[in-house]
Parts: sequence; C-alpha cells; structure tokens
Amino acid sequence: MDQAIPMNKTFFGNATTGKLGMWLFIVMDGLTFGTIIIGGLGLRISAASWPVAGSILNVPLTAFNTFLLICSSFTMVMALNSIVKDDQKGLIKYLAFTIAGGVIFLGIQAWEYSHFIMGGEHLGNLLAAAGLPGSQFLPTTGIYGSVFYATTMFHGLHVLSGVIYLSVILSMALKQKFTSNNYDRLEIAGLFWHFIDLVWILVFTVIYLI
Amino acid sequence: MEGIKMSSSKSIMSTHIFSTDHKTIGKQFLFLGIFFLLFGGFQALLIRWQLAYPEQPVPWWLLGFIINGEAGMITPDVYNQLFTMHGTIMIFWAITPLLIGAFGNFLIPLQIGAKDMAFPTLNMLSFWTFFLSGVVLLSAYFLPTGAASGGWTSYPPLSLPAGGIPGLGQAFWTLSITLMGVATMMGAINYVITVIRLRAPGMTYFRMPLSVWGLWLTSILNVIFVPVIAAGLIMLLIDQLLGTQFFLAGRLAAGGGGDPLLFQHVFWIFGHPEVYILILPVWGIVSELLSVFSRKPAFGAKVTVICMSTIVVLSSIVWGHHMYTTGMSPLLGKTFMFLTLLISIPSSIFFFNWLATLWRGSLHFDPPMLHTMAVIWVFAIGGLTGLYNATVTADIYLHDTMFVVGHFHYTMAASVLFGGYAAIAHWYPRMFGRMLNPLLSKIHFWGTFITINLVFFNMMVTGYAGQHRRLYYPGEFEFLQPLADMNIFITIMAFFLGAFQILFLYNFIHSMLKGKVAENNPWKANTLEWTMDYPIPHGNFSTIPQVVNGPHEYSNPNIKDADWVCQTVKIEGDS
Ligand code: HEM
Ligand SMILES: [Cu+2]
Repeated sequence: MDQAIPMNKTFFGNATTGKLGMWLFIVMDGLTFGTIIIGGLGLRISAASWPVAGSILNVPLTAFNTFLLICSSFTMVMALNSIVKDDQKGLIKYLAFTIAGGVIFLGIQAWEYSHFIMGGEHLGNLLAAAGLPGSQFLPTTGIYGSVFYATTMFHGLHVLSGVIYLSVILSMALKQKFTSNNYDRLEIAGLFWHFIDLVWILVFTVIYLI
Repeated sequence: MEGIKMSSSKSIMSTHIFSTDHKTIGKQFLFLGIFFLLFGGFQALLIRWQLAYPEQPVPWWLLGFIINGEAGMITPDVYNQLFTMHGTIMIFWAITPLLIGAFGNFLIPLQIGAKDMAFPTLNMLSFWTFFLSGVVLLSAYFLPTGAASGGWTSYPPLSLPAGGIPGLGQAFWTLSITLMGVATMMGAINYVITVIRLRAPGMTYFRMPLSVWGLWLTSILNVIFVPVIAAGLIMLLIDQLLGTQFFLAGRLAAGGGGDPLLFQHVFWIFGHPEVYILILPVWGIVSELLSVFSRKPAFGAKVTVICMSTIVVLSSIVWGHHMYTTGMSPLLGKTFMFLTLLISIPSSIFFFNWLATLWRGSLHFDPPMLHTMAVIWVFAIGGLTGLYNATVTADIYLHDTMFVVGHFHYTMAASVLFGGYAAIAHWYPRMFGRMLNPLLSKIHFWGTFITINLVFFNMMVTGYAGQHRRLYYPGEFEFLQPLADMNIFITIMAFFLGAFQILFLYNFIHSMLKGKVAENNPWKANTLEWTMDYPIPHGNFSTIPQVVNGPHEYSNPNIKDADWVCQTVKIEGDS
C-alpha cells in the first residue's frame, strides 16, 4: 500500500502511513485510559475514605509483574534489533519472549483476581480494616473495587489483544515475512506494545502505589 | 496502482459486500443511514401521536398493530423507549453514517485526488463494525423488557439496574454505542491520515474543497472525543453488568459509591463536540455548494476555514452549558456561559461569509442549492436560539423544555437533514450515474422546508410556554392544557413531513433505475471528483492529477467561454 500510493511526506517526516495510523490510535487509546484514570482519581478525591496503599492489593507481586512487562518491552526492542541485522532466528526468539512476558503477566493478574474473588478470612480482615464490607474483594466492593477492576481489566484486555497481535506478527516472522529493509509492521506492533507497557506503569503507580 | 488490489475474480462478495473501495463503502453507509433515518422518523411520528392524541389507539397507518400495550395504545414504557431510541438512532445511526460515513468516504479521496483511503481494509472493517453495532442496538427490541428507555443521554442512576430501569435494554444500548464508537474511531483514523498523506501534488490544505475541510475537522474532533465517551461507556457498561458503582451514590450504593454527575461531565465533554461533529460536514458542504451554485468564489474561504477550526477548539470547553441546573457554582456557570457565547463570534463570521458568497452571484436554484439555502435559514434560527439556552438565567427556565428540543432539532435535525439532502442531490450523479428527478426533488424540498419549520418552531413555542420534554401526557397538567391544539397541529405537520420523506425515498430509488443519465459534470463544478467518466473505477484516477488551482475559480474573467475551470487546468493570465 505504502509504496503504491503517492504520498505527501512533507508532514511528519518519513514516518510510514501505517505508523502514523498507529500513533493516532495510541493518542485515542491514551485518551480513553486518561479518562478512566482521571475519573477514578476524581472519585477517589471525593470519596469519604480510601484504603491505604498496599493494605489490600499485593504490591510486591504486582511490582514483579511490572518488571516483567518492562522486560517484555526490552525484548521487543531486541526483536527489532535482530531484524535490522537480518537475524531471523533472533527475531523469532525475542518475539516469543515478548509474547511469553505478556502471557505470564496475564496469568499473574488472573491469579490475583481469583484470589480476590474467592476471598477468605484473611482478605475479609484486610477489607474490614479498610472499612470495606464482605470477605471477598469484588467489582461491587464500593468505589474502590470499581476503580481497581475497571482500570486493571481495561489494561488487561489491552495486554491480551497485544499478545494476539504479536502472535500474528510472530506467525509472519516464522514465514520470513520480515527483512532488514521491510519490517514496518513489526515496528508498528512494537509501538502498541510499548504503549501498553507505559500505560501499565501509570496504572501501577495510581492504583497500587499511591 | 499495485497497492490497490484490482481483483480479477470480481465476486459479488468482494465488489459489493466486503468491498474496500471507498466509494462502495460510502454507498453502504448511505443506504444504512437512510434506513435508520426512516426508522427513527417513524418513531418520531409515534412520539407525536402520543403528544397529540394521548392514550388513543395508534392507527393502522402508523403500524398500530405492532405497538404492544393495551388495545394498541402507546404505554408509558413504550413511550420512553420511543424517544430514547429515536434520539439515539437519529444521532448515531442516521446522521453519523449519512454525512461522515457516506460523504466522508465518498468525497475525501475523490476531492483530494487520492486513489483510495489510507487504510482501505480498516475502512471496510469500520463499516461492518458499524453494521454490527446497529444489529446490537435493534436486537434490544427482542428483550422481554424491551429496548433502552433512559433517554439518548442515558443518565445514571436512571440507566442503571439499581437506579430504575430493569432488564438488559440499557446494557444493549451502552454496548451498541461503544461498538459504534469503535467504528467511528476506525473511520476517523482513516480520514485524518488520508487528508494528511494522500493529497494529490499541488493540493495544498487551502486548495482543498471546503467540504473536505469540514469532514476533516469533524474527524479530528472524533479522534479526540470519541475515546472520552468510550471510557464513560465502559464505566457505564460495567456499572450495568458487573455491579460496579462509578455512577451510583447515596442510598443506592453500598460501601461508598461514586458520582452520577461524573457521567454527565464525561457525556457532555464528548456530547457538545459531538454536535459539532455532526454539523461540521454540513458547514463544509454548504460553504462549497454555495460557491458552485452562485458561480462565484466562496467569500473569505480561508477565513471560513479558520473560523471552523476556532470553533473546533472552543467546542471542547463549553460542555458545562448542558449542566447549568445540576447545581454548579455560579462562577463556573458564568464561565461556561461566556465561553459558549464566544462561539457565536466565529459562527457569525462564516455565516456572513455564506451570505457574501450569495451576494450578487448568479444563483442557480437547482435542488442542491435549495437545500443549501435552507441550511442557512434553519441554522440561523438554531444558532440564535442557542444563545438563549447558553444564557444561564434564561436556561434555568428553558432547560429540559420543548424549547431545547426545538433548538437542537433546528441545529441538528433540520440543518443536517438539509445538508444531507443537498449533498445527496449534488453528488447523486457521481454516485449512481443518473440525475434525481428535479420536479420530485423540488416538491420534496418545499414540502420538507415548510413542514419542518412549522414543526420545530412550534415546538419551541410550546417549550417557552412551559411544556417539558419527554412528558408522556402533557394534558395531565392544567397549565399545559391550552397547548393541546398546538400539539395536534405540530403532529399533523410532522405527518406531512414524514410523507414528503417517502417521496424522497421514491425519487432516490426510482432515479437510480430510471433517472436521466447524468453527464460527467452536470453542475459545472471545479473539483476533482467530476473529472472522470462514470462509473468511477476502483482506484479513481488513472494518473494522479496535478492540482494548480483552488476549488473556487468560478467566473474568473481570465477563463474564456466558461465560468468554471477544473482544479487541474492552469488559468492563462493568472499568476
Ligand atoms: C452556536 C451556537 C449554539 C449555542 C450557543 C448552543 C447552546 C446550547 C445550550 C446552552 C444547550 C443546553 C440547553 C439545555 O439543555 O438547557 C444546547 C442544547 C443542545 N444543542 Fe446547542 N447550541 C448551539 C449550536 C448547536 C449546534 C450547531 C448543534 C448541533 C448540530 C446543537 C445541538 C444541541 C443539542 C443536541 C442539544 C441538547 C441535548 C440534550 O439535552 O438532549 N447546538 N445548546
Ligand atoms: Cu452544547
């Protein structure tokens, strides 16, 4: 497509049209995330009380998860580095690492969710200390539960779609569709993955740390 | 050329259903938009039936037999569903596809000299996501509790199970609008980037037809504000389905709860830009057509563009004028009032540009021009009544009355309808290769113009007299009883208005099959979409045109023997 249709490259330099499209999508997605996060912060400010950071959520575990996602961003960069050098094996290896990072992230998040949803006496005590009812931590657990689940679920869905997206890219890589002078789609996928990572750091800070 | 797949095996599937040709996708949006326009219009007539003849059986010619309820009359529940679905359908499934979907797709590549959109596959996906969203919306009618009934604004807590409306209707509403938003975002990415990247050589921004400008600015607003409402809708949806409490407060919310007003803010942060999203394409098309049919350059075209861009910016900071009665601080109210009234400055400037384009032009009153001039009239009334709404002191009285309903039907329904009809009449020959029947078009135009004014002006009068919107039975209140005759009159005019739209539909379909075959450039317009033979092939231009003029070189004294010149033809003697 890119080569076939004559284009004005005067604006936004030499970025391919596909990349511009992804950037625009990131702007839009960022606005959606922004609205959810700012909305949540607004509700938190006007809430009568708010659990202390770390009193219910498992911060060390999620910090590890955050580290994992940052690593997967790093392997994504390595994947790009490999194809620049026409290293097909490296490309496949690092793409697989990146996907694995995303899958493990989702697994840990699912484990955390299931732990909250099954609940128990210990969790009940923690919730009671924070002034919240019940022995399970659910989306219905006050506005705190609403904000936690909405934000992390929306992000989780992005990781999931990122994993699917990268799997498609990986299957293309296995068919050797990328070369050192044709890897635009890989870069575009990378943009999306880094964006998800960046947003997570924000979500982690807002939901878990403060 | 290799980029656009000229599939040799031309199956119906790839050329008509899952086509990636922007012209085909534009037509698909057009047909779907017209379908929903008729659907929403029919609902409007039922609403009017109840307001004029409350609790009387709906006659057969309004399909009374499918309205449930006792003896075919409209029950309060059905009435609530009617006005909710009417507003929702008209705004999101009629106006949006007609102007943005159909003409955005059809015009942008043709008018800027591109072979297609930047992302043709995404474009096709956009249409089918849109289609799916419509299916989800309408399927709510098959739920035991029926479709949504919380108003097109769907304010919580009313729109939440805990807050009033039972069943899944509201969740279907939220889901369908979310899907519609996704489709809109896909379209917006395409439109914005197509204009940035695919303009033909020589097609500078200020040489783009004003219709492209309108559509482009609309897409920019879509890029910024649809994501915001998407966030609001996601929160609303999980409030409805998972029991989160973003928009519940007080007794309704166990363990804290959120704030219903947050939804109103998010809704109107998007909602006010949305009204400009809907009107900007019309402004662009009107600015362009006035020039064509006055055979004169568009007066102050650059200023018009700058004014429209200014409005795009201002429109994002005035949402509070929908919320004057929510107990906002007087200082905030005054601020929003000031900012809102500020919009009337750029609006008036380009409005006078329109009039100046007409001034001493040689006006050709073909059907597209009639509709275009109708926009000038209805938009003037709509804009002026907006000033009353924007003034806090007046609005505290006018808010949620039929006056507001009249206001936004003038600005949105009437302006957009006439703008859409102008566009259809103007580009019909390019879309279908034939002309609309001019006599039927003119009857349709005058019938619509007269009745639409009688309907919406009188609505404002009843509102000024105190009739609230969304009332099931105004006659229940003694002080509204004197308005009964007027309500009946509005309803009868609305029936005529509806009948004239059937005439349009007949003309639209009949002309497609039997209309006079159109020449390549029946209106003698300068813009690029008229340069090729019909049918325009997939890929539009065999060679990308080189543009040398702006779009408005009408009656240029340096052109011999004609009062127009294609944008690609150099005018001798012009510098
Ligand atoms: C230039 C001037 C305009 C001004 C000053 C203006 C002002 C206002 C104000 C203050 C309201 C709130 C009234 C109330 O609810 O009490 C309102 C409602 C509305 N306006 Fe406008 N408006 C203008 C143009 C437009 C345009 C161009 C459109 C659409 C294309 C539009 C569509 C609407 C809609 C849909 C509503 C009502 C929404 C609802 O409550 O359901 N307005 N306008
Ligand atoms: Cu507004």
